[in-house]
Amino acid sequence: MTGNPPDFDMTQQAGQLLDAIDRQIIVATQAGLPLVAAPYDALAAQLGLEVEDVLARVAAMQQRGVIRRIAAVPNHYALGYTENGMSVWNVSDARISELGQQVGALEYVSHCYQRPRHLPLWSYNLFAMVHGRSREDVETKVIAIAKLLGEHCRGHEVLYSKRILKKTGLRIKG
Amino acid sequence: MDGSIAILDTPAELTALEKCLLNEYQRGFPLCSSPFQALAEQQGVTEDVVIETLTSLQQRGLISRVGPVFAPRRAGASTLAALSVPENRMQGVADFVSSFSEVNHNYEREHSYNLWFVVTAADEEHVQQVLDAIQDSTGLPLLNLPLERSFYIDLGFPLWC
Repeated sequence: MTGNPPDFDMTQQAGQLLDAIDRQIIVATQAGLPLVAAPYDALAAQLGLEVEDVLARVAAMQQRGVIRRIAAVPNHYALGYTENGMSVWNVSDARISELGQQVGALEYVSHCYQRPRHLPLWSYNLFAMVHGRSREDVETKVIAIAKLLGEHCRGHEVLYSKRILKKTGLRIKG
Repeated sequence: MDGSIAILDTPAELTALEKCLLNEYQRGFPLCSSPFQALAEQQGVTEDVVIETLTSLQQRGLISRVGPVFAPRRAGASTLAALSVPENRMQGVADFVSSFSEVNHNYEREHSYNLWFVVTAADEEHVQQVLDAIQDSTGLPLLNLPLERSFYIDLGFPLWC
């Protein structure tokens, strides 16, 4: 692990959810599994555990939602998805629950959150991160979202990223 | 890591197997003792080819890793905040905001609110202290937009469709 301060510390969340061995597994896998024929065996050997125990614990963490998915994680930026537009929407409070779920389920929306308005400065209460290969690509997707929200949306904007100034990956304290 | 990655001109440079491995295993990567063998059987190739291909994708920066994706913290507190920074002050303010260890994402965006960052700390009081420090030091009004509800279903997303 690096000496950077963790921005994700499971010790508090952990209590009921994770024990020390779970945390060791998280720390050992957060940068990825070794690309060898038996990666979980390698992990088990490294941690002094039985592979069955490692597999069972990973499965249990996935069931509890600590692990969201197990993946070959693409680097979207390197794959040409260089545009990301933070679309923000002023959605009727009465409908945001239902519509937010529909927007969040769109496959090109990577994050979708309800956040408070700050009137009169900020009237948008729904945030949806849209990824694309070009600005036109993002715009097409934003138009589709606008269509989905229809009359329940009273305005939207898309904030394109100009520069990534800091992006610290998930780092869990060991 | 940003900026150090070679960007592909077109995804057409990828082989069919590479596209498949990139697209189809954003979830459901097998959890078993020999996951690459399981994957090889699904794709009709050998285990060695799967491991070589994934290693190559990783070396080329096209996959960041193979393994579990952890859910964001459930304890502690965090918020998304925005500042409206005059153009001639942008670099200084951006560097100042990034200097906080509690700030883990900081983006310049095209909008009158042009600096967007995430503050994460053990509790809300600590988050508020960071926001106050940024607002006081910069003298700029700050939008505090904490998450009220997530509609985020993280399944990865299709790269080719």
